[in-house]
Amino acid sequence: MTSILIFEQLLNGIQFGTMLFLMSAGLTLIFGVMGLINLAHGSFYMIGAFSAALIASLTGSFWLALLASLSGAAIAGVLVEIIIIRRLYRRDHLDQVLATFALILLLSEGVRWCFGAFPLYLDIPKNLNGTFPILDDIIYSKYRLFIIFMGLLIAAGLYILISKTRLGVRIRAGQNDRQMISALGIDISKLYTIVFALGASLAGLAGAMIGAIQSVEVGMGEPILILAFVVIVIGGIGSIKGALIGSILVGVTDTIGRVFLPELLKIFMEPASATSVGSSIGSMLIYILMALILIIKPSGLFGKT
Amino acid sequence: MIVEKIINKWILFFLFLIPVLGFIFEEPYYITLTTKVVILGIAGIGLNLALGYCGLISFGHAAFFGLGGYVTGILSFHALNSELMFSWPFVTSGSSDMLIIWPIVILSSAFLALIIGFLSLRTTGVYFIMITLAFAQMLYFFAISWPNYGGEDGLSIYMRNSLPMINTMDPLTFYFICLCWLLIVIFISAKLINSSFGMAFQAIKQNEERVKSVGIETFKVKLLVFVISGTITGLAGSLYTDLNRFISPSVLNWQMSGEIMVFVILGGIARLYGPLVGAAFFIVLEQTLGSYTENWQFWLGLILILEILYVRTGILSLFEKKLKYEK
Repeated sequence: MTSILIFEQLLNGIQFGTMLFLMSAGLTLIFGVMGLINLAHGSFYMIGAFSAALIASLTGSFWLALLASLSGAAIAGVLVEIIIIRRLYRRDHLDQVLATFALILLLSEGVRWCFGAFPLYLDIPKNLNGTFPILDDIIYSKYRLFIIFMGLLIAAGLYILISKTRLGVRIRAGQNDRQMISALGIDISKLYTIVFALGASLAGLAGAMIGAIQSVEVGMGEPILILAFVVIVIGGIGSIKGALIGSILVGVTDTIGRVFLPELLKIFMEPASATSVGSSIGSMLIYILMALILIIKPSGLFGKT
Repeated sequence: MIVEKIINKWILFFLFLIPVLGFIFEEPYYITLTTKVVILGIAGIGLNLALGYCGLISFGHAAFFGLGGYVTGILSFHALNSELMFSWPFVTSGSSDMLIIWPIVILSSAFLALIIGFLSLRTTGVYFIMITLAFAQMLYFFAISWPNYGGEDGLSIYMRNSLPMINTMDPLTFYFICLCWLLIVIFISAKLINSSFGMAFQAIKQNEERVKSVGIETFKVKLLVFVISGTITGLAGSLYTDLNRFISPSVLNWQMSGEIMVFVILGGIARLYGPLVGAAFFIVLEQTLGSYTENWQFWLGLILILEILYVRTGILSLFEKKLKYEK
């Protein structure tokens, strides 16, 4: 019984981790290439989810909705980059933090204006409903497996994009030396817009996929944004590999900690206080993990010092 | 600089005038609003020491604000319910006397700032921003999931804490208590900034390597600034709980950290009265826009972005330019 539970929670953790990866990959790319701290990344997660919910209610197709989340968030990303973000690259981190903080207020209220304050719902497509038997007695939600699959697919896609294509070469060059690649005649501002839109669309896709499990509402992006920051800090800012490993680490630690810490503490304490202490510490666990990693390695697991 | 001093005198004048007017015209709401401005101003002045003067971009000052608030709330919760708080190492059932609460708040916020500062200051740049954020979120989630003091719903205290021989429930009296704290905090900050220690931490903002090279242990200087900064913000949190007679995890949330930062930036970074002006502007905006539209935060966001993109030096600098031209 417990081994099944552990396995199931492990899968839940990985599923959560892959979604965190979609968020943090964009965040870490944007920081690595443009040197920008983008607090408004969670807003693209929200915009993606709302675009998906809108298209799903119009067409009834989940797949079109996923496509809409990608393109909706990408379009929003391009607009925001051209109008506002572009002016922030040369500014210090403080200006970036504040401007993107202000952008969250702007985008959240903007979406509330358009869609109202009530949460929307996005349905899981019929053929992904229900469960899937992984082993004899282990069954797991098909949709969550689909999320894991999509996450891994995109991780592989990103790997190919970054390491095998011309755009990837430019992105890596941009991470190493911004001035040099603009001196080599590459349109750096176009590259920046593309990277920003890529990050935004990944966040949007994550928003739509999670939106189908939870609800689609204003402010849904911020909790996961903070977690994505924890991920990229743990993984080392600018490193996609770090983002992947950090995501899985955070996803699994968070899920497992919340479930098993209260159980573990029951061995030492009376059940009532074990539950409350365990759930309090369980929710703090990833932050403790992050603090520990930063104390040992101040620039994250795969960060450049 | 002289212009700034004139403006500062006007600010103080208004801080005395508005609540007195509110009292005369029997509009206690305006007294409460001004009290809120003063308290948030204190929180901002605390952050400004670290952020504005020393260049330590803390995105986690809500931790201190919330801790101050929770310490106050928990102490008076036990005192009002005459419930034992803990029995080891000594027996106590809290307190609702501000003269006891304040020192405890100051000590506990200083202690928290010491721990967070000691760990976070090992990192710099983005990592510092993120790790301070993470510590604040840690406390936030702890407050949400810890059921004893209301958890997510927060904790109400039905009586404002007391001072001997003073009726703190009277809005104007409580306002002047907060104003006293504001003046003390401004006085201490001004003394600090102009001291040799102040020169050191302001120099660190400009070039830490050089400060190191003249033999100053910058880590200790930064840690001390961070502790003083956190303590002041913690004190503001204590007053905030007393103002609302309520404390909830939302004051520990990262949005609170962001708002305190906004006060500092809106008013003008590294200006003594800047956070106060920023807080006042924020509250006025909230009240006026809030009465026209539910989506006032949209306009707040827009104003903030315009400020950061085009003005860059805060509201106070606008006045300063204008006054200079008039001369």
